[in-house]
Amino acid sequence: MNVRLYIAQRLTAAVMVPLVAVHLAVIVYATRHGLSAADVLSRTRGSMAWGLFYGIFVVAAAIHAPIGIRTVLAEWSPLQGRGADLVATGVGLLLLALGLRAVAAVVLP
Amino acid sequence: MRAVPLKHQHRTNLLWLSALVHRLSGLALAIFLPLHFWALGLALHGEASLGNFLRWTDDWFVKLSEAGLVFLLAVHLLGGLRLLVVENLAWRGGQKQLATLAAAISAAIAFVFLVRAL
Repeated sequence: MNVRLYIAQRLTAAVMVPLVAVHLAVIVYATRHGLSAADVLSRTRGSMAWGLFYGIFVVAAAIHAPIGIRTVLAEWSPLQGRGADLVATGVGLLLLALGLRAVAAVVLP
Repeated sequence: MRAVPLKHQHRTNLLWLSALVHRLSGLALAIFLPLHFWALGLALHGEASLGNFLRWTDDWFVKLSEAGLVFLLAVHLLGGLRLLVVENLAWRGGQKQLATLAAAISAAIAFVFLVRAL
């Protein structure tokens, strides 16, 4: 892993520490004998704060995860160098697109 | 008992196991995330669309799987936090105990989730 990717992975990890902690707390708190769509959407729809929270979360995860996947591919699979770069970039773009779509789906009124 | 071959002796180290758990939990979360995002995206087609999907998650085996995911998220968070501390602060002692504590706290969080979910 080069220095730029190393720093990007650690920075996004640091950004996500409080985000994951809050996300875990919300998961445990909000779940009571299951979870309904009304429960989820009543909390998030029209909320600028949750939109910002999950928007930052998605962007950080879409950078953090592919860098880890690239390392795993390089160490554990026959894919090396450019092949691993291409797969990791694809995973990052997929996470970014699906993630931002999900944020829009639960936040936009 | 058979002796562990020299080239595999590092695998008996708790911190090696901790690194493996961190990698596998990250990999599992990365595989789960697109499905998670797709499911939330169902809300674009209205509350009922997301609601229909969430009703499927009422089954006990899905809740058990969700508890597993909660464990993976917590253990990846706490394992990553330990790595950030080791790499950036002059804190080296007690790492095996911290790694064990991270796994124990993660299991406790997943258990509390499961009790609330069932």
